[in-house]
Amino acid sequence: MIEKALRGSSRYWTWLGILAIFIGIGAVCYVRQFFIGQGLTGMGRDIGWGLYISQFTFLVGVAAGGLMLVLPYYVHNYKAFGRITILGEFLAIPALIMCLLFIMVDLGQPLRAMNMILHPTPNSMLFWDMCVLLGYLFLNLICSWVILTAERKEVAPPKWIYIFVYLSIPFAVSIHTVTAMLYCGLPGRDFWLSAITAPRFLASAFAAGPIIIVLACLLMKRIANFDAGKEAINKILTIIIYAALTNAFFVCLEFFVAYYSKIPGHMHSLDYLFFGIEHNGEMYNNLVPFMWTSVFLCFGGLIVLAWLKLSKKVMTDAADWIIAAGCLAVFLSLFIDKGLGFVLGGLAITPFETVVEYYPTVNEMGVTIGIWAVGIFMVTVLYKLAVDVEHEVEE
Amino acid sequence: MDTKRRTFLKAAGVAALAGISAPAVTKLAEASSSAVPAVAENSAGTAGKIRYGMVIDMRKLYDRPDIQEKMAAACRYAHNIPTFDDPKSEIKWIWSASYEEAFPEHSSAHNAEIIEESEFLMLCNHCDNPPCVRVCPTKATFKMEHNGIVAMDYHRCIGCRFCMMACPYGARSFNWFEPRPHITQEINPEFPTRMRGVVEKCNFCAERLARGEKPACQEAAAEVGAIYFGDLNDPESEVRKVLAENPTIQRKPGLGTKPSVFYIV
Repeated sequence: MIEKALRGSSRYWTWLGILAIFIGIGAVCYVRQFFIGQGLTGMGRDIGWGLYISQFTFLVGVAAGGLMLVLPYYVHNYKAFGRITILGEFLAIPALIMCLLFIMVDLGQPLRAMNMILHPTPNSMLFWDMCVLLGYLFLNLICSWVILTAERKEVAPPKWIYIFVYLSIPFAVSIHTVTAMLYCGLPGRDFWLSAITAPRFLASAFAAGPIIIVLACLLMKRIANFDAGKEAINKILTIIIYAALTNAFFVCLEFFVAYYSKIPGHMHSLDYLFFGIEHNGEMYNNLVPFMWTSVFLCFGGLIVLAWLKLSKKVMTDAADWIIAAGCLAVFLSLFIDKGLGFVLGGLAITPFETVVEYYPTVNEMGVTIGIWAVGIFMVTVLYKLAVDVEHEVEE
Repeated sequence: MDTKRRTFLKAAGVAALAGISAPAVTKLAEASSSAVPAVAENSAGTAGKIRYGMVIDMRKLYDRPDIQEKMAAACRYAHNIPTFDDPKSEIKWIWSASYEEAFPEHSSAHNAEIIEESEFLMLCNHCDNPPCVRVCPTKATFKMEHNGIVAMDYHRCIGCRFCMMACPYGARSFNWFEPRPHITQEINPEFPTRMRGVVEKCNFCAERLARGEKPACQEAAAEVGAIYFGDLNDPESEVRKVLAENPTIQRKPGLGTKPSVFYIV
């Protein structure tokens, strides 16, 4: 089946070539970091985690988001998702690989990574995160491959694969829950120490993951002659709207707890993120424009999507561009909220209750872009595979 | 031919997976068999076991930034600590900062002038209930069974910095750059230097205690006698007597970490 990835139009190869250039840039940046040290990043004694770990956190959500296709199709037998469920699995695999890459580039001693397996430590949430991420990766690899192979041969998938399919459902929830537990169990980090962290992560994941699938479907309809079907897109949009609203609701709850209780530790991070915080006569507010952009994109995108659905325009071809714009807005909003605000908001307030701002360096951004390019590269190849198989079956 | 190759690949895959996970499974089995006594020791009191602790008598250090610097310098020498100018890359084992930074959860409204003007010493609290040990995915940081010191294995640390996130006292530093060229003082051959990419912190001078010496900072502050060090589990020890006679405070006691460092303010 893999040979399908090796035959493609010149447009396909040009795209992969462009991505390969970015991967190369990322690799060069990482080699520099590997030989000189993490000091090349914007991280430091106070902000010990930066772009890498925040991207990791966001991408765990993207990986878990595929659940929103698997669950309706396999558990509720929702047939409209039949053609695109594979896209959820083929999104989870690259997202998980990106997660693992982001963890690896963040480690000070990456060559010792196997110490996590040689000296397993069940009281560390990082150990469990490794277990569920690898487990979910394995489940997605096996499920997608077996089911796609069966589809290609035009036979029903073997019965035993459903054990893995159903197992992947709690695993999808667990990867993001355990990732939230990396943060929400730490004493002294007030912004993270919130029981709503895991539900909030899941809600934003169940919007962000499906958005990528919608965007990919709209794109593939134009360039790859693959139509996911109006009903499927319409239903995913419903899921996205509810999930993003739930996420926004959870964020509002955080605001209530902080500003009604007036406990400084709970207010400081939100102050820093949304209004700027003053400390020793200096104003710290470098994320404020980002966070408000996130707020407006979220509500703007949701209003557009909801309007499309209420006016029934969603089923027309002309709506595609508007759907794409709305989805992109919500996606960017969630990316800023979780891929930037959550980790840095928690860290900017140090254990000494001083404020430190973080600015990623060019080298660090190079590595980050490189890993994103790896992910997009893999998504391109895997989605091409899936679409080619569909076309082959149709013929 | 094709099916044979496929069967072989399947078998190889399974074997590789088993090979990778086997050490984890055996280690976990070991861990679970030894976990029971460890828990029992912690909960059933600590009678007969040493738990090192420190009392910092700030009254003797209020007007003495020179002594505080001397203590930090002694520590720098004892542990080959590098010096970085950029606060981002700094390695700090014991350092001085304002009262608000050291005790942010204590009220800083209307403090005595002496408290406002002075700097306070900070170091690893060697918590009885250390969050850093709880989160470490490789047991590179651990609590020494026989004396309660929270120690580091620099050769096992993978540099994930999870411990730095978990420490509510900001006591941990990461080697962002190769530390050795930045050791500006004379090298102490008695203590190892570290490498890039690992976390380090105060070790309560475990290596000096093992030789029967006092902690380096205590020795450096001997002229004013600002530091008391000893076994918190021994009611007859000097630290316990000082604690019994003087009201003391701890950093962030509300978090339940049970710090072993006390302050007389």
